[in-house]
Amino acid sequence: MKPFEYAKATARADATAQAANDATFIAGGTNLLDLMKLEVMAPDKLVDINRLDLSEISETDDGGLRIGALVTNSDCAADKRIRDDYPVLSRAILAGASGQLRNKATTGGNLCQRTRCYYFYDTAMPCNKREPGSGCQAMEGFNRIHAILGASDACIATYPGDMAVAMTALDAEVEIEDKTGDIRHVPVQEFHLLPGDHPEKDNILESGDLITAVILPPPVDGKQIYQKVRDRASYAFALCSVAAIVKMDGDTIDGVALAFGGLAHKPWRDEAVEELLVGQQPSAELFGKAADQLLAEAQGYGSNDFKIPLTRRVLISVLKEATQTGAAS
Amino acid sequence: MNAHRKMDKPDSRNRLDDMRQGLVGTAMDRPDGPLKVSGQATYAHEWDVPDMVHGVLARATISKGRVTDVARDEILADDAIHAVITDDRLLRRPAQGGANEAPPQGSKQVDYFGQPIALVVADTFEQARHAANNLKISYEAEGNAAFDPEAAGTETDKPEDDQLDQGDLDQAMRDAAFTVDQVYRTPGHNSAAMEPHCAIASWEGDKLTLRGSYQMLNFNINELADALHISPDNIRMLSPYVGGGFGSKLGLSAEAVAAAIAAKEIGRPVCVTLSRQQVFETTVRRSETRQHVRLSCGEDGVLTGLGHECLVSNLPGEEFYEPVTQATHFLYGGKNRRLGIEVARLNRTCGGSVRAPGEAVGMQVLENAMDELAEAAGIDPVELRKRNIPEQHPEKDIPYSSRRFTEALDEGAKRFGWDQRNRKPGATREGDWLIGHGMAGAARINVLSEAKAKVTLLADGSAVVETDMTDIGTGTYAILTQIACDMLGLPADKVETKLGDTDYPAGPGSGGSWGASSSGSAVFLACEEIRRKLADKLGSDESDLDLADGKVGTGDSAQSLADILDGEEISAIGHIEPGKTLEDWQQATYGSYFAEVAVNAVTGETRVKRMLGVFGAGRILNEKTATSQCYGGMIWGIGSALTEELAFDSRDGHIVNHDLAEYHIPVNLDVPQIEVVLLKERDEFASPIQAKGIGELGICGAAAAVTNAIYNATGIRVRDYPATLDKVLAGLPDE
Repeated sequence: MKPFEYAKATARADATAQAANDATFIAGGTNLLDLMKLEVMAPDKLVDINRLDLSEISETDDGGLRIGALVTNSDCAADKRIRDDYPVLSRAILAGASGQLRNKATTGGNLCQRTRCYYFYDTAMPCNKREPGSGCQAMEGFNRIHAILGASDACIATYPGDMAVAMTALDAEVEIEDKTGDIRHVPVQEFHLLPGDHPEKDNILESGDLITAVILPPPVDGKQIYQKVRDRASYAFALCSVAAIVKMDGDTIDGVALAFGGLAHKPWRDEAVEELLVGQQPSAELFGKAADQLLAEAQGYGSNDFKIPLTRRVLISVLKEATQTGAAS
Repeated sequence: MNAHRKMDKPDSRNRLDDMRQGLVGTAMDRPDGPLKVSGQATYAHEWDVPDMVHGVLARATISKGRVTDVARDEILADDAIHAVITDDRLLRRPAQGGANEAPPQGSKQVDYFGQPIALVVADTFEQARHAANNLKISYEAEGNAAFDPEAAGTETDKPEDDQLDQGDLDQAMRDAAFTVDQVYRTPGHNSAAMEPHCAIASWEGDKLTLRGSYQMLNFNINELADALHISPDNIRMLSPYVGGGFGSKLGLSAEAVAAAIAAKEIGRPVCVTLSRQQVFETTVRRSETRQHVRLSCGEDGVLTGLGHECLVSNLPGEEFYEPVTQATHFLYGGKNRRLGIEVARLNRTCGGSVRAPGEAVGMQVLENAMDELAEAAGIDPVELRKRNIPEQHPEKDIPYSSRRFTEALDEGAKRFGWDQRNRKPGATREGDWLIGHGMAGAARINVLSEAKAKVTLLADGSAVVETDMTDIGTGTYAILTQIACDMLGLPADKVETKLGDTDYPAGPGSGGSWGASSSGSAVFLACEEIRRKLADKLGSDESDLDLADGKVGTGDSAQSLADILDGEEISAIGHIEPGKTLEDWQQATYGSYFAEVAVNAVTGETRVKRMLGVFGAGRILNEKTATSQCYGGMIWGIGSALTEELAFDSRDGHIVNHDLAEYHIPVNLDVPQIEVVLLKERDEFASPIQAKGIGELGICGAAAAVTNAIYNATGIRVRDYPATLDKVLAGLPDE
């Protein structure tokens, strides 16, 4: 661990000012501290934001929820309003990590969780994400957990989390305060970036930006499902996960939101897939077409080739379950 | 006073059955349990040694070649850094279990990626780690490294004494009514003990004290002495508590020698602990295996031929190889046999003993093949195994010692409800889940090792047991206490067992499942001697002594031991050695596994729903700790079947998934309720206490019950372990 300075932020303005001056925020630290021990990340300065007043879940004027950035994963998943009205989010959070980690990990921190690419984690390996321009060892190496969608020649890493996948399906927004005190809202769907030529950049945050909350829109009707497929029953990252919100009108699909984890550098959402489904009656053929659409550009890199047929099967299965009328969500 | 026994003759006295104290065999709580759960048991890294500094090993980032420069001056410019050690005595590879001498030393030569190159010593662990991470090491790499055991150009050799060609297997295969001829593969494993390896070295003049986490102090002390070029008389090693070993702490590893050299050089105690990643990269791995199994039988299912030919790997020059066919030699009959091992020489982390070397992977595959044969022959898998239990050893003209294989199979089938199982693969479905049942046999060789233990009956009527034997979480403190209690007639709180100190008589170490029966026998023999001395005092026969609760005799005539001792103490050293019974009888432990699995028809994920193990391992010394050992083995069996795999990069041989996030051992949710049944057994050939080893039996075939159940659930045979969802998925029909 490289020696670093440590400061406690007393107010948001203080936090963003320090961050603008090259400091890195620390909240739960469940990912950052591991990365610092390995010197995958070696910040000169940490700003502890745990004392900021960002630990509330409150109702918004339009009937949605504002989840403070410091709300822990455990508290978020257990909140009655979230369990009742946004069950896909509660389930996604509980599908991730372990009880101990969820008690410590925060909403804002979870959004910033970094990839689990084995080569990213080993400083002896070239990695364009850790050291831009050094190369990618995963592409022709062991890449079981890597991306099949949206990867680039520079990076095939995945975003590993579950929470943001559900938030993407829910059309949630990230509330960000910048160093000047201005607040902006960015859809979770646009928060994470594809790797392109700059895989070192995981998301749209700029120097001095502080995530202050995640805003959930008012609850929507429909069945909510989070299915996560992984190598062991718990405490493993998703090989493929699907967050689905599907509203039926009689025999017809009235509305659908689908987000996928474990497949790309960001929670993956494909509007063309959703458009293809809306207004249609459920059928094996329709679901097969949806899978074709989703995976049209999918590419495996060897050890992750199986993710393509796996995702196809999981999507079809989730759609079947979501469009069954009569069953409770 | 010495009580020595060489196990040349069976001992059917079953003396421990006659002791009135009656603790042996019970589920007595571990005496060390409260200390461990309250954080008061001192593990290697937890010793508070005054003036101690910290060392962290820097690793090689090439796979083969030579170190040309270590940029020590850059690092040493920092005042917090005390030393950068690049001594020729540093261990390049860990010692194999029982080596008793130093393994290859000198880190200028690089044999594998991750090899220790230098030790950086600093005031704090964090400073040392930062400096070690940033230490610039220059190399001259050699381009001819080998990473793939099955690649055409990879050098291989065949250990001479592990090749068998008996009869004519090819002919037997041609003549058979039913055959199996398949290739299976199992991946490498890491022991992944909870406690990473650690050593604290401190010198007083020429005397070295090394506090560490080791399984076999009696050997480790000689390995350390040889590595440092000093006499073992000048070393004291302490390992009173060890947070798991599973083979990875059998032999000395790099941290011990590095700490000792550094402590001498800078004149302060030095603590060197391995990171989790270093545990994966620099301690021994279980070899991956390629196993070609051929079975042939007649219409009656009786084996006529058995082939088990295996490819494993290790570093060039290592004598250890995964003894895959160890149990295949004696478990089943079949006149025509071809068993062999070939070792591929690779530049990858050193191969060595990992829990149940040989059987863990060999039985796993043999029991898959037997399941395939049962299906081919249309014979119940339990019945097929029973029909193939030989009268005499199929390769040597020797009988078996106690063997409860048939009983384990029958008892398991009965308790599991085997007659209610699915008979047709892929026929039972609950929602998205396909349900299947599978079973497998268990077998593991039994070993008795030379062991000494000192027992002292103190004047106050309490007793102390002392040996350098270790307790690696297995229950040694409990079982040695129980044996001494029963033999001397003392309640549990009157016996103190002291372990893990080389100042005590040399025990057998913890490994190969021999620890309990070997050290237990030494304690037993010492106690017999003390009983003889007591009997002398009383003018009676030792065999007539009736001891319990600190008294001789019962009722009004009972005398307390303290009164009899009258201010004296009696001490004796028990000394057991293996003898002819180990050569003239095939000794082993046996069992059976039964598993129910659910395989997701959409995703291919497998979840074990319930699992049963029935085991016969001679006298059970402590029902609770023995059962826990079986739980642990079976849980690792679940991991072997479904999740655990060392992933090696094909370009440089480095271990890609070198942490517990991506090396998937089973977590709680992967493990269902497991039932363990221990059969009553006394093996008079095994030891004077009729006990055999049980520490590894739980894993020896367990994975096969799971994968056989996957086949029963889905009709898919996964022959390439682990049976991760992608391998099952490939065979599942479209939904």
